[in-house]
Amino acid sequence: MNILVCISKAPDTTSKIAFTNGNTQFDENGVQYIVNPYDEWYALVRALEIKEAQGGNVTIITVGSAADDAVIRKALAIGADEAVRIDAPATDAYYTAMQIAAYAKTKSFDLILTGKETIDYNGSQVGGMLAEALDLPYVAIATKLDVAGSTVSCQREILGGVQEVEVQAPVVISCAKGMAEQRIPNMRGIMAARTKPLTVVAPEALEALTSFSTYSMPAAKSSVKLIDPNNLDELVTLLHNEAKVI
Amino acid sequence: MNLVYINSTNGLSKAALETVTYAKKLGGEVLVVTNGNASADTLSTLGAYGASGVLQDPSIDGQDPSQLVKLVAAAAQKANASTIVFSHDLVGKAVAPRLSVRLKAGLVAGAVALPEADGSIKVNVFSGKAFGFVRVNSSVRIISLLPNSIQPEQTSGSCSVEAFDGQAGTSSIVVKATKKPEGAIALPEAELVVSAGRGLKGPENWGMVEDLASALGAATACSRPVADIGWRPHHEHVGQTGVAIRPNLYIAAGISGAIQHLAGVNGSKVIVVINTDAEAPFFKAADYGIVGDAFEVLPRFTEAVKRFKAAQH
Repeated sequence: MNILVCISKAPDTTSKIAFTNGNTQFDENGVQYIVNPYDEWYALVRALEIKEAQGGNVTIITVGSAADDAVIRKALAIGADEAVRIDAPATDAYYTAMQIAAYAKTKSFDLILTGKETIDYNGSQVGGMLAEALDLPYVAIATKLDVAGSTVSCQREILGGVQEVEVQAPVVISCAKGMAEQRIPNMRGIMAARTKPLTVVAPEALEALTSFSTYSMPAAKSSVKLIDPNNLDELVTLLHNEAKVI
Repeated sequence: MNLVYINSTNGLSKAALETVTYAKKLGGEVLVVTNGNASADTLSTLGAYGASGVLQDPSIDGQDPSQLVKLVAAAAQKANASTIVFSHDLVGKAVAPRLSVRLKAGLVAGAVALPEADGSIKVNVFSGKAFGFVRVNSSVRIISLLPNSIQPEQTSGSCSVEAFDGQAGTSSIVVKATKKPEGAIALPEAELVVSAGRGLKGPENWGMVEDLASALGAATACSRPVADIGWRPHHEHVGQTGVAIRPNLYIAAGISGAIQHLAGVNGSKVIVVINTDAEAPFFKAADYGIVGDAFEVLPRFTEAVKRFKAAQH
């Protein structure tokens, strides 16, 4: 199996979220970047498990600048064989997906995996866009993934339940919790990652289709109204008359 | 012209009515496209939400997003649509990005409101910790609407339902099995949710959570540790790595409120927190708080809800 895993950087979950430049830009000051958890814990680790069981090669790909190489090395330390970085800022999901698709067209991957979404922009877009650009089937939000020959079996989420589906490789799959467990890179992995191949590819000439004009923060919550644990009728009355939710 | 894709295989969901209402509020004519074999009587009721017509392709079962994208693209061409609206549910997340590439149309994924005066559209970013305003730079735009962002608005009237051939080819996805618990309210669509965490001490104590949920007509949910230990099924896990929900009312008992849990529920309109620890971080995100033992508070809460419901009749 020749597997491509799309990874994105994302701010650590404990990062303070703030904006600069008149609320038009994410404030990166003091922000620690990690590999987007869905890309790392589920897509990458499952790709490695499949490779370890059946042989093959795992390539990771990201769209970003040289500053993102630290995040790429972390994914290599977990066990990917090689990395590709398309040397351009990931301006929107369409731009990102079309850059990755242009690279993927020059190779022959059996599986292309993404996380179900990134924890910063939460769009859940790149997987579907890649599938369309490459004219491949797409299994969205898969929670299990098994491969036998060219038959790919997935469990995917549906509204209020799950479904077992089969599809023939090549296929694009977005990966969610349940597919694998997080792996902590060991010292040997970290050392090996330093010398694994990282190919930098020039971007295709493409225009993004969307942009963020501004950002805003939610209004601060007014402080909590404490209710006497012996007077739940009061809570029900408030939920009905004040909050108007029941 | 606004085109709306809805999934009508299990009747008209609340998400479907929300998307038609949203498209109506954008202004202009609203055409709906759907797959599956819902009856014309059912589909014609979409007229009351603002649709002028429905195009239906009963030959597509909806399991393969690459068939649905062909159907919606064909309908968009027929209608000369300038805006295409999806629900940002599991089907919308699979189909809308494909359509974006097919039509080279910018996608606003997970809209939570109607467009602003400058045309930009509000979405959640950073797992609900902030909002972004997305501008679309293409002539055709696609919007996927986060469930429970607007209320369906019904007037009177009905609309025509027309058979439509989406030229969608064959499905490449074979469905082997579908597992759906009977009768349960699907979490992403639920308006009221009762959730509990490790403070409940064991799966045998979930009866009191279910009692409150059933008194309210709410769905049940849980925190990550509870799903990980196997006390509750994984599809009930809300939070960063589980389901993100935005109900009108979220009641959390015995959950401390870690940042990863809040990321999945901070879109809730009203949050009630029940915890023995007055210092639990969740109280900072709560509208109403009860410092007390869930084992005593939950049954009392259920009784109070029952008294309230009885008094309403």
